[in-house]
Amino acid sequence: MKRGTSIWIWRAASFAVAASFIALWQLIANLKLVSPVFLPGPDRAWASLVRGFSSGDLWSKLAGTLEHMAYGWLVASIAGIAIGAVIGSSRMMRTYVAPSLEFLRPLPVSAIIPVAIAMLGLTQAMALFVIAFGAIWPIMLATIHGFAAVEPRLYEVARSLQMSRLAVITKIALPNASPDILAGMRLSLTVALILSVVCEILAGLDGLGHWVLLSARAFRSADLFAGVILLGITGYVTSVAMSMAEHRLLAWQAAQR
Amino acid sequence: MPDKPREIGKALVLPLAVLLAFEFWARATHLKSDSLAPPSEIAIALAGAFADLSILTATRDTLFSAFAGLAIGTAIGLALGIAFGISDTLNRLMEVTVEAIRPIPSIALLPIALIALGFGYRMEIVIVAFACVWPILILSRAAVRSIEPRLMEVSRALRLPPAQRVWKIIIPAALPRIFVAFRLSAGIALIVAVTVEIAINPLGLGAGIMLAQQALRADLMLAYLVWIGIIGYALNIALVVAQRRLFGRAALSGDGA
Repeated sequence: MKRGTSIWIWRAASFAVAASFIALWQLIANLKLVSPVFLPGPDRAWASLVRGFSSGDLWSKLAGTLEHMAYGWLVASIAGIAIGAVIGSSRMMRTYVAPSLEFLRPLPVSAIIPVAIAMLGLTQAMALFVIAFGAIWPIMLATIHGFAAVEPRLYEVARSLQMSRLAVITKIALPNASPDILAGMRLSLTVALILSVVCEILAGLDGLGHWVLLSARAFRSADLFAGVILLGITGYVTSVAMSMAEHRLLAWQAAQR
Repeated sequence: MPDKPREIGKALVLPLAVLLAFEFWARATHLKSDSLAPPSEIAIALAGAFADLSILTATRDTLFSAFAGLAIGTAIGLALGIAFGISDTLNRLMEVTVEAIRPIPSIALLPIALIALGFGYRMEIVIVAFACVWPILILSRAAVRSIEPRLMEVSRALRLPPAQRVWKIIIPAALPRIFVAFRLSAGIALIVAVTVEIAINPLGLGAGIMLAQQALRADLMLAYLVWIGIIGYALNIALVVAQRRLFGRAALSGDGA
């Protein structure tokens, strides 16, 4: 009980420190130590957030970004797990295909954007392709790794039970690899958010990325900061949601240990 | 990583087959496209870009921005990480502040950096530095915390002043794991630099590939893509080799974290 209360005191103190940083930011803005063209006070950023939400502008931008992110990430998750499972469950595929994938991994995925623009133009399809392409790597490589790391005796059991390859994948390999796969999916979530913003900036698609760029072009710094704050919240909330889902989905494994 | 010659041979089968098939397909269909070009033409375009030095200038600009940002981000991240690792009080007080800023996608800062600093190296360096701070901060904090407690007792018994304690005990003990964080951040630095260039900043490899796309030079665009991939791969290999050389077995213990 005592430890519980001390955690809350630390929490409160930590919030107080963050609040004092915001107060300092307000002070700097009020004293105009930095030109208000670049740095609005937290009061103006907050007012812009409230205004944006009450007029519905920011809702639609937020929804646009979340939509890009979610579609790209879902496509990447499904395709990444499927391809990863095919490659990971076969020794031959692992020796012939996996090294090529490892070679492609350090490639900055944003470099694929010009190629996607050349193929698909400045469209939603381009954004979906780029986000899915970028987000697939962590998931696919985690799946391959997770499949390769399954206790070999489990595969032997499967063989002696004469299980089909599909059954081996769904009943043995996938559950065993799920911590790796979920960790990959969490990494991909960040990638998907970043690429959504980049695609919106480049292609002028409806979303927060486009909103912050337009605000910057028009020197509306309060709107700009409101957009950046909202993007930070989006990053935070999606990663917390993912951790909670991970915790839930893996509860059976924690109990096993 | 494949080590034996046989395995390397197997790893090369797929990429070579894909390249050959693509070359034949492009020749057979007399490919005319804004987004694809046969490998032979890509190689010629790459050689041409080397001959007129354009790709080398672009590489220099990108690497300069990436490394400058990496250096600044590492310095800030390391200072904060070590301070948070040593002082639990400081760490707990700053927790909310750090967790509030960290999830902001680095690329969302682009419009702010753009209006504050304009186009050029500076805004790119700032964004790269922001992206590099977090992995370094978090991993170096963990590294400092996991230092053998007896080492800290020794430093107390010797009554080392704080600066010497950091310099003589903490940094050497945490260095292998800090280098792992540095390696991670170096990859991130390159990715962020290229992304910023593709999104908006008119310099370096990212601007080069965008320009090639807009000029409908598919061969040159893909040559840039290949070259960016080679740079990313080479950077990764160089850092892995450096890690092994510098820290040997000690480096492996850090990779699990």
